Amino acid sequence: MTEFAVAGIGLWTPGLPDWPAARAVLTGAAAWPEAAGGRPTPSLMPANERRRAPDSVLMALAVAEQACAAAGADPATVASVFASVFGDLAINDYMCATLRDDPAQMSPTKFHNSVHNAPSGYWSIATGAMAAATSLAAGRETFAAALHEAVVQLADSGEPVLLVAYDAIGCGPVGAIAGCRASFACALVLTPDTAGAQGSRLRAAAATTGAAGAVPDALAALAADNPIAAGAAPLLALLAGQATGAARLPLSPALDLVLDRLP
Amino acid sequence: MQACRILVHTATSCLGSGRAAHLEALAARRSGLSANDWTATPLATAIGRVPGLEGAPLPADWARWDCRNNRLAWLGLRQDGLFDTLLELRTRLPAHRLGIAVGTSTASIAETERAYRELDADGGFPADLRRPEIHQPHSLAGFLQEASGWHGPCLTISTACSSGAKAWAAGARWLQQGLCDAVLVGGCDSLCGSTLHGFASLQLTSPQACRPFDAGRDGISIGEAAAFAILVRAGEDDPANAPHLAGYGESADAHHMSAPHPEGLGARMATLQALRRAGLAPTDIGYINLHGTASRLNDEVEAAMVTGLFPATTLASSTKGWTGHTLGAAGALEATISLLALEHGLLPGTLGCTQPDPACGPQLLLDNARHPVDAVLSNSFGFGGSNASLVFTRGIGHD
Repeated sequence: MTEFAVAGIGLWTPGLPDWPAARAVLTGAAAWPEAAGGRPTPSLMPANERRRAPDSVLMALAVAEQACAAAGADPATVASVFASVFGDLAINDYMCATLRDDPAQMSPTKFHNSVHNAPSGYWSIATGAMAAATSLAAGRETFAAALHEAVVQLADSGEPVLLVAYDAIGCGPVGAIAGCRASFACALVLTPDTAGAQGSRLRAAAATTGAAGAVPDALAALAADNPIAAGAAPLLALLAGQATGAARLPLSPALDLVLDRLP
Repeated sequence: MQACRILVHTATSCLGSGRAAHLEALAARRSGLSANDWTATPLATAIGRVPGLEGAPLPADWARWDCRNNRLAWLGLRQDGLFDTLLELRTRLPAHRLGIAVGTSTASIAETERAYRELDADGGFPADLRRPEIHQPHSLAGFLQEASGWHGPCLTISTACSSGAKAWAAGARWLQQGLCDAVLVGGCDSLCGSTLHGFASLQLTSPQACRPFDAGRDGISIGEAAAFAILVRAGEDDPANAPHLAGYGESADAHHMSAPHPEGLGARMATLQALRRAGLAPTDIGYINLHGTASRLNDEVEAAMVTGLFPATTLASSTKGWTGHTLGAAGALEATISLLALEHGLLPGTLGCTQPDPACGPQLLLDNARHPVDAVLSNSFGFGGSNASLVFTRGIGHD
């Protein structure tokens, strides 16, 4: 069991460019915007690099940057846990189609961008962060497993940890199999729960399975189309509200990650 | 840190299945590399291929997980009594106290590649490959979870070529924090077009068997492997010479996606962090299993790092001339090779290297040596600048 504070939150999905916009939708203060589109624009990345960067990298860097800014954390010093169910399905589609049609035409840049830890690598290059950085997947439990890992690292080091979870919209035949029909990314800066810590205070514990946390109505459509949104929704709803309460995220067939919001 | 006891460890690669096959091939200096006969489109390079996987489907109960990578994992899991130990622990301990942390860089993407070659009339995946669970990186850990009945925390770590080593670090943290009573750690990566043609596109594959640290080295050879271990908290009753994970280190280069930091700064940080966690100094390390891929840059930077950090009495080698670079499994495979050095005093040399690069110091071992060691280090570095180092000791009386 670990107590910590969520000192900063980042979020991006088409139509909701940041956490304040998402929180307004979650609390009912605002409706989902009608027009949705565009790509995230992390300021850490020069415009020419942004044009070439995969969507997964842009989304991850944008929300990581937002969360660090909100937390007042120096990105260069923070350990990080990056997580994605699929990596980057568009690159996956490109790689598989190129391998079928003419492997000699494979783009070396697309190849090195195809590693699951590409967003983590670009983040460390952009920020100069040399602390431990990991990149993980856990199927439908990816968000919960990544949050669990971030809390474990926080408890181990006593230092802040940046959690970044994302999946970009799929395309091609592999996109159809994956069923990832929307892009979504969110990031949390977790800090030790010391006196004066800013942000929402949470207690995390792994518990044997119970009833999973409900997905809030405002995120239901998104959660159906993106596994990271589905995994994060109960916690985001808890963080958006003023009240204390709990969110329960399935972690494995026998365990849930239970998050209690503390006063 | 509190050391973790290694209850059992095993590896399966082109050298064979299990520890004895690896020990024998290492001692005999018999490489497992051969000319590439695997890719759908020809590619002139050497590969480390595990024979027989094509005719060894998973048991019917787990057919939805069937793919080359999980066949290799299943073969690897059943060596050296590891699977029996998994089942035995499952009867003694609650399933939710048993964790799985494994690394892979490509998981079962070879099946996604095959689906693209065999699309149906509507442009979708053929019927036998419409299995979402194998078209994602968690395919490996998902299969292991089902096969073992271990239902605690379950992670796939995918940080390119450091994945298999970082899985050990994640498992150690779960034990230290009391979240698990045993953790299955390791890694599995198998041959696929993505990595063979991908590394070729970067001009990083050698046309012949790789020659780590040789002045004339001209690139890597890609291999496949499954390597696993079961970790538990170290206890008072552990046998005096039992192998332990004594420390781990993790860092990021913050430099380049596919080239190492020119001064090896990230690699050095990971190495020093692993030594610090183990409570050891560089002089305590008897053997280092180097990352040593045989790429021009990696070996130059790693050689300089070792020369600058370790005394001449620390012997170091790359074993990729035997196995090829097994990517996401490399950290796990080389953990077992490092443990074999610790347990048997067989320090493998650097197969394929005859004329060492001038950057190499006196530490680089060309021929095999027989020499008892008490502490060994294994290095793994990956794309995205991801670095991991592991320290293993016999017993835990080193701090």
